[in-house]
Amino acid sequence: MASSDTTKATGYNDDVVRLFTLATIFWGIVGFLVGILIAAQLAFPDLNIEPYLNFGRLRPLHTSAVIFAFGGNALFATSYYVVQRTCGVRLWNDKLANFTFWGYQFFIVIAALGYVTGVTQSKEYAEPEWYADLWLTIVWVAYLLVFLMTCIKRKEPHLYVANWFYLAFIITVAVLHLGNNMSIPVDIMGAKSYSVFAGVQSAMIQWWYGHNAVGFFLTAGFLGMMYYFVPKEANRPVYSYRLSIVHFWSLIFIYIWAGPHHLHYTALPDWAQTLGMTFSIMLWMPSWGGMINGVMTLSGAWHKLRENPVLQFMIIALAFYGMSTFEGPLMSIRAVNSLSHYTDWTIGHVHSGALGWVGFITFGALYYMVPRLWGRDRLYSTKLVSMHLWIATIGIVFYIAAMWVSGIMQGLMWRSYDGMGFLEYSFVETVMAMKPFYIIRMLGGVLYLTGALIMVYNFWRTIRGDVSAKELNQINTQGAPA
Amino acid sequence: MSWMNKHEKLERNSILLLGFIIVTVLVGGIVEIVPLFRMETVIEPVEGVRPYTPLELAGYNIYIREGCYNCHSQQIRPLRDEVVRYGHYSLAAESMYDHPFQWGSKRTGPDLARVGGKYSDEWHKAHLKEPRDLVPESIMPSYAFLMKKGAKLYDLPDHLKALRAVGVPYSDEMIKFAEKDAAAQATGEGRGDKAGLQSRYGDNVNTRDFDGQPNMISEMDALIAYLQVLGTMVDFESAEKVEGGAQ
Repeated sequence: MASSDTTKATGYNDDVVRLFTLATIFWGIVGFLVGILIAAQLAFPDLNIEPYLNFGRLRPLHTSAVIFAFGGNALFATSYYVVQRTCGVRLWNDKLANFTFWGYQFFIVIAALGYVTGVTQSKEYAEPEWYADLWLTIVWVAYLLVFLMTCIKRKEPHLYVANWFYLAFIITVAVLHLGNNMSIPVDIMGAKSYSVFAGVQSAMIQWWYGHNAVGFFLTAGFLGMMYYFVPKEANRPVYSYRLSIVHFWSLIFIYIWAGPHHLHYTALPDWAQTLGMTFSIMLWMPSWGGMINGVMTLSGAWHKLRENPVLQFMIIALAFYGMSTFEGPLMSIRAVNSLSHYTDWTIGHVHSGALGWVGFITFGALYYMVPRLWGRDRLYSTKLVSMHLWIATIGIVFYIAAMWVSGIMQGLMWRSYDGMGFLEYSFVETVMAMKPFYIIRMLGGVLYLTGALIMVYNFWRTIRGDVSAKELNQINTQGAPA
Repeated sequence: MSWMNKHEKLERNSILLLGFIIVTVLVGGIVEIVPLFRMETVIEPVEGVRPYTPLELAGYNIYIREGCYNCHSQQIRPLRDEVVRYGHYSLAAESMYDHPFQWGSKRTGPDLARVGGKYSDEWHKAHLKEPRDLVPESIMPSYAFLMKKGAKLYDLPDHLKALRAVGVPYSDEMIKFAEKDAAAQATGEGRGDKAGLQSRYGDNVNTRDFDGQPNMISEMDALIAYLQVLGTMVDFESAEKVEGGAQ
């Protein structure tokens, strides 16, 4: 079945999927590299090179590169791959699909050039200025059209659950993007604009956007990925159809409310903070509904997990998803948030989701797609997949453990008093205490990148059509795997 | 179950599904965002908050350009240690003219909501040039280049106009004199009309040569002018009265 999935045999538009797949891998490496650089800058400030390569300009470059360039291209690649196969038709309109590829890469490049030259709206994960936002809107409408029209002309009577998630991701990101980026340019020939909203309103709208960038870009979209690739790799149906429906609608309804937990104890009215906290806690359930539906898909096929590192990637991704969606509601409780907010705990939380969930489910999907997209029977080496998996997992553990310790420690140091009732630590003493953990975090990032580079090598050999001699030998003596 | 049969309709009709998704995701945002535009319930009526002067606005834009918000918050929470460390907790009114807000989300460095007036101009200049000269353990990047870069003043009227369009109460006169006011603020009595600046923005406006380079209005001037006004606008005596009255 593997080789029958290729373009010639199926009539699917896999050219554009291949492009997005390569872009995912490329931007992933770029994003991880910039992440390591800014992690190093926090431990060794001499690595800042003013003005272009200062931390303040590179941090948005890192977040955008991993979320929108790596994650975004992965969503494009997999959504186009999945929608064709689950609808049984070729992607609608080749030209428009191609436009979404080049248009999206152009957006990434103009956004990135803006960051290093200081062009930013200063809204986290929505830093690109008005001209890049307008361009992205055009690309996104094209994306919605391509995806939706493919759904509409499908041959299957039902729209498969993965596509519900992709559709919710595409349309909601459009709504969020338009809402949060309302601004007027100072000069139509200049980059600078001012947000229509100010102060409290701009804060609420930004975190309505910001949290749902997590909820819809990094969660709903990647759940769509999970709902196709986990059942395919395990060769089992999704665990529960009913659970899919319940957790889909509750997830997209509840997520939207969670934004104000980023604004606890601020000047945002208390009622909004309380709503944000309440819905964030409720969000635990639909999140775990998705995790359970994914993990339990292996019911009756658990033995496959022992031998198949691609499946291991997906299941570890779901475990990280479960962990970070438990940690999130915990941190949204006001009392906990009073300690965690403004510290590295938040950074660690985000990365257990980003490196563990988003990264690993993407790697799993890539390992599934690449041999099929390039018409190869198998990956160059399964052993290298295993190596990638464990090196990256150790990297994540280094990362999040370091951030837990440094975040909680700094939060406690800020609020600690001496016997006379004065603050015990000056701010810079708390900064000094972070240094060892910043170094450990950087090493975690290096391990994660190392894993990804092993993947790149594996893909390069796979695409060339190589099979590792050792594994070829095994196949020949034991017979090809089913 | 019957609701599952009904759900089948959505699975068969992509447009209907899309419509249901849109309605579902709009509810939360509408409930949480729309009431915030009833300003009188959100922003305390305190005295003293004024729009930034043109020079401070140029500084605000440099603060954004350099991504200072990535490491510095401007939002003091009403928690004992924060009030002791940074001062009175932040009020909504204090960021009502920030398009957008600069509350931040991470304190890799300390909160700056009330940094205005805490350190001298000389301290800020030396610290921005090379943070480790003053705080050896600091991990902040250096911003020495701000000293050499002239602040862009000629387009300030356009900036004020754009901000007026989104609701900041800049008058025609403020727009007309924006460039001159910036020059006056950065040079003290040297260039421009200090009295005019004060008549437009109040007697408390800091007017002096912030960066110690009398022959140049640098980006350092603008950034320090911005930092020195942060958290200093509200007259907390009148704010106390408002809070007391509300109880």
